[in-house]
Amino acid sequence: MRGVEKNLDKFIEAGIRVVGISVDTTEKTRLHMIEQAGYTFTFLSDPKLETIRRYDLVHAKELASGADIARPAEFLIDPSGTVRWRMVTGNFFKHALPEQLLEATKTLP
Amino acid sequence: MKRINWQIWTGFVLSLVAAFSYPFVFVTWSTTREFPWANLVLFAIAFVFLFFGLRRAFKPEKRIVSKIFSSLAAAFGVLLLAALLFMIFVMGSWLPPSTGAPQVGQKAPEFTLTDSNDRPVTLAQLLTEPVNNKPPRGVLLIFYRGYW
Repeated sequence: MRGVEKNLDKFIEAGIRVVGISVDTTEKTRLHMIEQAGYTFTFLSDPKLETIRRYDLVHAKELASGADIARPAEFLIDPSGTVRWRMVTGNFFKHALPEQLLEATKTLP
Repeated sequence: MKRINWQIWTGFVLSLVAAFSYPFVFVTWSTTREFPWANLVLFAIAFVFLFFGLRRAFKPEKRIVSKIFSSLAAAFGVLLLAALLFMIFVMGSWLPPSTGAPQVGQKAPEFTLTDSNDRPVTLAQLLTEPVNNKPPRGVLLIFYRGYW
């Protein structure tokens, strides 16, 4: 996510809206992600895991937190709402890289 | 005069640094997160110190206590390395299957969620509101674990 934030101008230039989704409440996101960490893209809160469940990304009783959270995943969606690219990682420590994501934006119409 | 085995102590402290710098420092950047080469370098240096510390402790004139202590310190270092590798490469893959996650070519499920200004936002809105003063070419959804 830090890599995406660092390259955010490239995403915006490519016409891509970046959105982070987690179980964190809006207060927690405001404090830690926006004020402290300095992220500037859009954050959405899903504390009840409604959307996370609809996307089948629930990581129930995750080991480090003991809570139900979202597993890491990235989706690139075109204006018609169709998924054009996705990465649902097989390892928690391996996420999509900003270069990979920027490359993937080329598949969009 | 009895001198402390500084090699063992340095190796011991360095292996702690090598292990704990992963979750606190090197997990931040993808280049040091996906493969913990920075931590492996630190462990390598730690093991050099542990090796020389062990060699010193096992000199015949040294007391049994220092032999035991230095062996424990070295074993602890190896254990820390094993634990780090286990966490990244084994526990890291303990993720649920997610077979129902939307596939390429499928419609992304619609949603309404709250943004950081406490306003409700729909996927349809995200897909139509302008980016860079133009209609967006797409939306990148990043699902993440939340703040640690």
